[in-house]
Amino acid sequence: MARETNRYFKFDWITIILFLLLVGFGYLNILSASHSGLDINYFDTSEPFGKQLIFIFLTFGLIIFILALDAKFYERFSSIIYIASMLSLVGLFLFGKNVNGATSWYAIGGMTLQPSEFAKAATALAVAKYISDLNTDINHLKDQLRTFIIIIIPALLVLLQNDTGSTVVYGAFFFVLYREGLPKIYLTIGVLVVLLSILALKFGAITTTITATLALLLFRFWGKIKLSILQNIFLIIMSTALSFGVQFFYKSVLKPHQQDRISLWLRLEKDPQKLEEMKRTFAYNLNESEKAISSGGFSGKGFMEGTRTTGKFVPEQHTDYIFSTVGEEWGFLGSALVVILFVLLLIRILHLAELQKSQFSRVYGYSVAAIIFMHFMINIGMVMGLIPTIGIPLPMFSYGGSGLWAFTILLFIFIKLDSNRINEW
Amino acid sequence: MRQFLLFLLVILCGFTFIGRLFYLQIYKGSSNNLYEDNAIRKVWDYPKRGFVYDRNGNLLVGNQPSYDVMVIPREVGEFDVDEFCELLKISRETYDKKLERATRYSPRLASPFVPQLSKEDYAVLQEKMRKFEGFYIQKRPLRKYQTTIGANVLGDIGEVNNRDIKRDLYYQMGDLKGKQGIEASYEKTLRGVKGIKFIQKDRFNRDIGPYKNGKFDTIPEQGKDIKITIDANLQAYGELLMENKRGGVIAIEPSSGEILAMVAAPTYDPNILVGRERSKNFTKLYNDTIAKPLFNRSLQGVYEPGSPFKLMNALIGLQEGVITPDEKVTCYAGYKYANRFMKCHCYRGRRNNMTTGIQESCNAYFATTYRRILDKNGNASEGIDTWSKHAQSFGLGNFLNNDLFVGQKGRIPDRAYYKRIYPKSFYSTYTISNAIGQGEVQTTPIQLANMACAIANRGYYYTPHIIKDIEGEPLPEKFTKPKYTTIERQYFDPVIEGMHAVYKNGTAKFLNVKDIEICGKTGTVENFAKIDSLKTQLTDHSIFLAFAPKENPKIAIAVFVENGYWGSRFAGKVASLMIEKHIKGDITRKDLEEWLLKHSLEDEYAKPYSGEPFNINGKTQLQIVEEPEYYKLKRKLNQLNATTN
Repeated sequence: MARETNRYFKFDWITIILFLLLVGFGYLNILSASHSGLDINYFDTSEPFGKQLIFIFLTFGLIIFILALDAKFYERFSSIIYIASMLSLVGLFLFGKNVNGATSWYAIGGMTLQPSEFAKAATALAVAKYISDLNTDINHLKDQLRTFIIIIIPALLVLLQNDTGSTVVYGAFFFVLYREGLPKIYLTIGVLVVLLSILALKFGAITTTITATLALLLFRFWGKIKLSILQNIFLIIMSTALSFGVQFFYKSVLKPHQQDRISLWLRLEKDPQKLEEMKRTFAYNLNESEKAISSGGFSGKGFMEGTRTTGKFVPEQHTDYIFSTVGEEWGFLGSALVVILFVLLLIRILHLAELQKSQFSRVYGYSVAAIIFMHFMINIGMVMGLIPTIGIPLPMFSYGGSGLWAFTILLFIFIKLDSNRINEW
Repeated sequence: MRQFLLFLLVILCGFTFIGRLFYLQIYKGSSNNLYEDNAIRKVWDYPKRGFVYDRNGNLLVGNQPSYDVMVIPREVGEFDVDEFCELLKISRETYDKKLERATRYSPRLASPFVPQLSKEDYAVLQEKMRKFEGFYIQKRPLRKYQTTIGANVLGDIGEVNNRDIKRDLYYQMGDLKGKQGIEASYEKTLRGVKGIKFIQKDRFNRDIGPYKNGKFDTIPEQGKDIKITIDANLQAYGELLMENKRGGVIAIEPSSGEILAMVAAPTYDPNILVGRERSKNFTKLYNDTIAKPLFNRSLQGVYEPGSPFKLMNALIGLQEGVITPDEKVTCYAGYKYANRFMKCHCYRGRRNNMTTGIQESCNAYFATTYRRILDKNGNASEGIDTWSKHAQSFGLGNFLNNDLFVGQKGRIPDRAYYKRIYPKSFYSTYTISNAIGQGEVQTTPIQLANMACAIANRGYYYTPHIIKDIEGEPLPEKFTKPKYTTIERQYFDPVIEGMHAVYKNGTAKFLNVKDIEICGKTGTVENFAKIDSLKTQLTDHSIFLAFAPKENPKIAIAVFVENGYWGSRFAGKVASLMIEKHIKGDITRKDLEEWLLKHSLEDEYAKPYSGEPFNINGKTQLQIVEEPEYYKLKRKLNQLNATTN
């Protein structure tokens, strides 16, 4: 194999090329979304596109640095990296800078850094390290709990900083744990909880309870697994509690703007006037981004030709809503290409992860895929109105140094680990 | 199995996204049409509409700015509707209704919301317009008439309707378009081409600059000024003389075919069809189905021509060689044919040659001539086709193919036409009324005036037209090339002699004007109306045809006055005065002028609608106008004279 004979080809170039394509295409769209006027100074560092160019240049340095380190370094130092990362999150409460209601940034000189972006990579390393430990058995409740704690610490810390979007991303580790042997019951419970919650919100708690009871009865008579009466009653009580709990949570715990997001998503609001008002207020971004994507048609309006992009119709278009620029200017062809590139990248990472001989590398690779997948699914789903608005960036695409570097670190550590699998033994 | 969960989710997610993209961009997606892109403000720049001058360079129609509030329903944003309504001075209900109507027309195209704001309203509104997303102000030129005459000539402009928009993609809702008169026939010349500016908007509906630096913008093309052949003074004079009468007057310059005056009575002030009152006033004019002020009688009025048509029969008779100028025909105070009798004003036993025949308008003379034409080859069917062909070469019986917006064909019958009435046998006596211009012959005033031109020119005419000059462009050939009749030049002289004699000794001798050799012909036409489904005879139409001077004619004129009784009573006077006005500039026959201003035919027109039995012709009393009306007309006349001198 080429990888064995030529040291330059021991890295997985398919992944690297997919990464570079996404970064490059992302830059073009940031340029389109943030330029104003016809004379563009590409290196104007007061503009997002200028800064992004610098971030990209620095990224190459970062890549070389990551690939230059010994592969064993990441496994050995994973605990320290994790602890350092958690400390950086805690430090935000003391030194953090508040932007848009979230205290997630350190201001260093003229730059801002968002430690929560890096925390994902750190957590991935820590989870990989813990699960790959010979003493860990994921089927044991004790080990399960310890793993959950590793994951829940950063999740809670970012939640306390009002960064709900990043918290949701930690759900990605569920897929990792499931792959590594987490009992099926968790998946069943997870799916049921999500299903019941949505049902409860959409059709009300009572209807949901009745439906759940009927489903259980049917399952009792025709299902393969026979549950005892007590188990059944327990399940009914739990689903009832969940239904009402979700209702309560929705009405009393969630803030009005979060309620509205969910009610729009589940089409709970029937009053057309209220709907119109929603479209003008909080759902404005969504509405505008959908319109921008629609206006692109099959082949798009062309690079830098998007009238809605030029007119800055979609707020924050160069960050979370960058995909709407793709939709408007590159049309169906360009947007579908981006989706395909992401899918290819994810499949490639998953494929490589399965090839790993060490469990650490495999778990880490899985974490990388799962985290990128969460971002990809939530961001594009949100921009196209498929899921409720959750503000997280599109990996490699959205404007922002922290995000770009964090994903670079996340991905290239895996590429380094992967390159090392041949001479591991 | 476990390792496939995430893999499957990735694939599933990819397909879902592509499906959603397909729905958003291809199924629901809009075309990349700059005109339909609501991130781009389209600002239409309407050019100046061309000015209209009369033949002497007097400005007749100019422009004034008008400001319309336009709406694009799907772009209407959130704002204080009550404040907006207050600024526009409309109620909330009107607002809702107008918005609904605009949405029904098209949610994405602009419709006029409140047309033609006053200057004050515009000033106030302009400041605050940015707040009212979806609405904008469109400036466009509106007409400003510098005169009160010539409504039927000048026409007017009005908002385009759905049909106009479908037929011509240039137009959009709220655009103005020529609806009648020269505004309609020279629409493309006058309107120019509107320009457009594309302006990039931001999400706050603010302009942030020209789209693509104005690459797609177009500059409006100004409408062209035109000069029309109408002499405003002559037109005004003609309209004044025709006050309180109904009918049409057409005066043409025989040497060029230029229409000097085109009077349709009754008429109206063109200024009432400008601005916000337009539709109300238009409806009023449109609904007047009795006086029909919108009906251009000089172009659309189809009448039997009566005695002036005898000139045509004389010419055809000479051309066909069935009569000579000196041959005398005896009149028996009428003409006996088969077992019927056509009356005549001549005394019994009078012997007329062509000159006196025309001079006295002898029915017997022309009945004889007509029958000889038809029976020339012993076959009336063949004869009538020959006769018809000659008459049609004068532009009768068909559209003149000119540049006027309306017109009528009239009728010159031929054998094919009579086949329906007389399928089997056909003799000259069947259609003998044609000899004296009654029966099946029908003409419009402009056709008759054109015939006068052809006679004045001794054998040719130019298609009558109203355009004199479009910023120096050459006129179309059809207006500059003479059209020859089928009558040879030498045969015109005896007929013209006869017409001259009409003024010297004949039916119009009291209308003679000193120092002008006028040639004319009176006409008195029987006419009927259906009253309660009974054919009832009304007072005769008064018709007159003339040209002057006899040599090198400067003006040919046809006058129709409905129910004016005999030719020289109303029509002859109008014709003589207008000829004098045109040639001399001022009037020596003040008595004729005075008589016309003083007399009205309104009572005559009211008769068929009164529901009571009434007398006609000789048994009627001529109506004198009320004093205030008379003084009003007199004042108008003085004003007119003041501007002329």
